[in-house]
Amino acid sequence: MRAPYLTARRLTATLAALALGLVATLAVTLLIGPSHASLGTALGDPSTPDAVILFRTRLPRLLLAAVVGGSLSAAGTALQGLLGNPLACPHVLGVSAGAALAGVLALIAGADPVSPLVPAAAFLGALGTIGAVSFGARAGGRTAPHAVLLIGVVCNAIAAAGIMLVNAIVSYAQAQGVLFWIMGSLSTQSYAVVGAAALYASVGLVWLLRYSQDLNLLAAGEEGAFQLGVDVERVRRMVFLAASLLVGAAVSVSGMIAFVGLIVPHLLRLILGPDHRLLLPASFLGGAAFLVWADTLARVALGPAELPVGVVTALLGGPFFVFLLRRDLRRGMA
Amino acid sequence: MSAVLAAERVAAGYGARDVVDDVSVGVTPGTLVGVIGPNGCGKTTLVRVLSGVLAPRQGVVRLDGRPLAEQPRRAVARRVAVVAQDAPLVLGFTVLETVLMGRAPHLPSLAFPRAHDLVVARAALARLDLADLEARPLGALSGGERQRVLLARALAQEPEVLLLDEPTTHLDLRHQVETLEVVRQLCRDGGVGALAVLHDLNLAALYCDRIVLLVDGHVAHAGRPEEVLTAGHLAAAFRTVVHVGRDAVTGDPIVLPVRRDQARRT
Repeated sequence: MRAPYLTARRLTATLAALALGLVATLAVTLLIGPSHASLGTALGDPSTPDAVILFRTRLPRLLLAAVVGGSLSAAGTALQGLLGNPLACPHVLGVSAGAALAGVLALIAGADPVSPLVPAAAFLGALGTIGAVSFGARAGGRTAPHAVLLIGVVCNAIAAAGIMLVNAIVSYAQAQGVLFWIMGSLSTQSYAVVGAAALYASVGLVWLLRYSQDLNLLAAGEEGAFQLGVDVERVRRMVFLAASLLVGAAVSVSGMIAFVGLIVPHLLRLILGPDHRLLLPASFLGGAAFLVWADTLARVALGPAELPVGVVTALLGGPFFVFLLRRDLRRGMA
Repeated sequence: MSAVLAAERVAAGYGARDVVDDVSVGVTPGTLVGVIGPNGCGKTTLVRVLSGVLAPRQGVVRLDGRPLAEQPRRAVARRVAVVAQDAPLVLGFTVLETVLMGRAPHLPSLAFPRAHDLVVARAALARLDLADLEARPLGALSGGERQRVLLARALAQEPEVLLLDEPTTHLDLRHQVETLEVVRQLCRDGGVGALAVLHDLNLAALYCDRIVLLVDGHVAHAGRPEEVLTAGHLAAAFRTVVHVGRDAVTGDPIVLPVRRDQARRT
């Protein structure tokens, strides 16, 4: 039985445990891979192949998976709380696709894939999509939770069509580059890219945490939150911006990875309860560990061949999404 | 004493239709105002206008003489608490967590409660007979218990003005009485000004200092309970024959509906 309210001590202890779990995950998965590498050899001599495999190839990839998984999960938690729909997540609502479309347009316009222009474009694309979903599902000063999902699906389809349209228009070489970027790969990234993504993500996360208690109040309806002193419109805008920053950071370095932002928030909400002050940072840490494991599975499942990590998360997340939908249907909510 | 929260000739509604029109109501420190009237007469709309959720199309709502809409929400929430009708709740939160949310306007943005906030929240729980339930998730409570949690959350706000929309609807007799006792006590001892939408005319007669009878979005009558709760006023407002008697001891009005076949004979 959990404490009757969230104490600062419980918050710290839970987050410390999750952070420890993430560090352990990184340590263990560093040693898992199709090619054998010895940590001892690598630490002894940085010029050995072992060191190159572990610290030049594998570690940046693991760290990137952690940043991307954490960003998508924290954004998913925030969107679920703000839009009042448990099935909301960046992928389902088309926010990831919107970010990807904007990123693709930036690439086509000539931006270098590792330049800060791509994440900036992805951020604007995510923001535009969240704005469209939120605005479209709003009538009479209230957000209709079921309309959020429907409009999100439409936005997703439109953004996906936009990407295909762009791909059909541009040259073959450009289309190849776009496809490679979209596919959602965490491989071959430098520490510089990881660092940039981590910077964007941490700004988004800290920004989001400021509004975590407001999200608690908003989860019980906008009118109630308003009467408890929440400036509802301001909080909506701020959470949209922060979530867009997180999604933009994730999509610009990894393309579209499905369902991370859905599964992790739900599992953690079941375990930790609904308080966003705990749930948001916990989602980041939990989502980070989740995607690191999913990517490790993608690296080793088919022997030397590699699966896109999006395949793993979609295969896990798709059935989970249906399970949640069925559960809500039985409760008469969907 | 003058009103701390007052609606002045407000008109408000949804879409093109005004649900309330030209209504003036004031909430005065130390008194409980009851709002009664038939379904759809604009009682809930009036509460929403007074709480600032719904902007009036005409007229103005003032808190301490200044227009409510111009005051920061957090400052308003420290002074005005609302218990809405069938307000949605997050069922995963515990009773104590929910009541502590009433402290949010008094706390910095992350709102970790200080010792004082826990004292206030637990006092509110004790006052509403919920102390034993503080660790329960809301999902495990009955409708009546949830309704009392909402009132406890409003008390935890330590408001000067309390707005209640049918606070007794889902409650059994004992808790109807206890809820209104708590509200009356807050008015008498705490100097709180309260306004409550009530369906039960006898409870209204028993507990309210003043009663406003709302019909078709207008104030039909307003005044002391015995002035408003007359057979003539009520029959006209509710289009139903009623018998109004007097409590033999207190002299309070007692309202009884009259069966149709008996009404014809009298």
